Amino acid sequence: MNIVVCIKRVPMTQEVDLEIDADGRGVNREPLAYVINDWDNYAVEEAVLLKEELGGDVTAITIGGEEDEEILRRAMAMGADRSIRIDPGDRVMDSYVVSRVLAEVIKGIEYDLVLTGVQADDDNCGLVGIMLAEHLGLAHAAVVTGFTADGNQATIKIELEGGINEVSKIRLPSLLSIQTGINEPRYVSVIGIKKAKKKDLEVIELGDLPLSDEDLSPRTIIEEVYLPPETEGAQIIEGDPSKVADEIIRILTEKGVNV
Amino acid sequence: MSKMGDIFVIVEHRKGEIRSITFEMLYKAGEICKALNHKLTAVLLAGKGQPFASDISKWADTVLVFEDDRFMDFDSDTYKEVINRLILQQSPFITLIGHTSWGMDLAPALSVRAGYPVATDCVDIIVEGGRPKAIRQTYGGKAFSRVSFRESPGYLITVRPGAFIPPDGAADRQANVVMMDIPSDLGPAKRDFVEFVDTAAGEVDISQAEFLVSIGRGVGEKENIDAIKDLADKMGGTLSCSRPIVDMNWLPKYHQVGTSGKSVRPKIYLALGISGAFQHVAGISGAQTVIAVNKDKKAPIFRVADYGVVDDLFSIADALKEKIKG
Repeated sequence: MNIVVCIKRVPMTQEVDLEIDADGRGVNREPLAYVINDWDNYAVEEAVLLKEELGGDVTAITIGGEEDEEILRRAMAMGADRSIRIDPGDRVMDSYVVSRVLAEVIKGIEYDLVLTGVQADDDNCGLVGIMLAEHLGLAHAAVVTGFTADGNQATIKIELEGGINEVSKIRLPSLLSIQTGINEPRYVSVIGIKKAKKKDLEVIELGDLPLSDEDLSPRTIIEEVYLPPETEGAQIIEGDPSKVADEIIRILTEKGVNV
Repeated sequence: MSKMGDIFVIVEHRKGEIRSITFEMLYKAGEICKALNHKLTAVLLAGKGQPFASDISKWADTVLVFEDDRFMDFDSDTYKEVINRLILQQSPFITLIGHTSWGMDLAPALSVRAGYPVATDCVDIIVEGGRPKAIRQTYGGKAFSRVSFRESPGYLITVRPGAFIPPDGAADRQANVVMMDIPSDLGPAKRDFVEFVDTAAGEVDISQAEFLVSIGRGVGEKENIDAIKDLADKMGGTLSCSRPIVDMNWLPKYHQVGTSGKSVRPKIYLALGISGAFQHVAGISGAQTVIAVNKDKKAPIFRVADYGVVDDLFSIADALKEKIKG
């Protein structure tokens, strides 16, 4: 089974105070550390597990600058055979344009399955995967938590709301957006990443792809990004842990919970 | 604009029931229609004999019903085909789709196929100068963004569940129910529904607990969970958790609170090291009192909690254990 997996490098924003950019249309990314998007990490692991079980090869793709090659090397250290970085230059892209560009590159690759994460941790859109499926004319499913291949089709598990899962059969080739928890992504060592440098990493310039201005024209525009107002929300309990514990126990008792 | 396009709402149903996201969308669409004189059309794909049209007839001006056993269960492939044709025929101004597992499979593909721009997971919708703008959260709820669209005959918006709760009396319309012809040339489905499977029940039922001690990513290591389990036991509480804990296989799925886990309604929900992604927060809307402990004072959980503690969760857990022992 030949698999293409699309991945993105995103900033880590938990336990970080975000600042809004000078132009008010994004957050200041300079002080932030970057990692592979969590959902994409599961997608890479799923691709590698399927390759180990069924044979074939895995191609990892990202759109980004040289600094984004670190997640491609990481994917190759996990077991991807080769990778492609599409360099966008300074072009502003929305999910539509990203999916259109990916489609242009992927249609030149032989594959049975395309995997993406459900969404990216930064913009939380959840669009690129299923848009890409439509550009490529593939069967698709979102929020997938299980995959078993069966000839030219596969049995998949889709996570719905309320602890319910849907089991469906889907024709191959198809595109699946992978949910976290589908597998246990393997540990990646520094040595593993160094070894992966021997694997093929191809760079494609956006300008070399046969895409029109219309293809590259964003459908959505971010007008403003802002932080939520500070005034609303929880009443903060101040003090040292002992004092805080007293107050928590007082609240519990007041609400009828006996401890 | 010569003709004001309608506002469409795509009805979502499962296991013979209309899902609450449908009414939330109908309510929000109704508000926009009132302000701007649009008509509200509910689009229903259902199996033969599924009596949904009457359930929503007071919520819309028109219900367009596509009735065929192929539509009994959601299938993005078939739904996309039918809705795309309808949209291109009728040019609705805005089409609302739930930001649910199903909506996340339908809306992006429909957007590409129909050529209508889409914004997902929206918590508010504004219409300015004849075009909608969407308010959505980014960075796991730590920031908001206002998104506008390139000009188009119509726009798609997926709506976050729980963002628009209809008040009593919101259903004040009388719909004309129209049975639609099923396109005769629908291709064979690329996907076949097999069955629904529930998450396996566990030794505890968190949905019935009166006091939940709940852990999130902030717990750091699997080994640390025992200390919190011990705290929960000592306090007479039940241990629950957020999604990352289950993803990492640190606790079984039946402990998970949130949209993909269980909805809970305890008297007290003590959230330790939980950042508060909306999928989690949606699961605790029935909690009477939420107390959140998190090192990150900007964690979104503090916006929904009644009480907040900005501190290390283990210091607070240790202090609580000390107090209870004495």
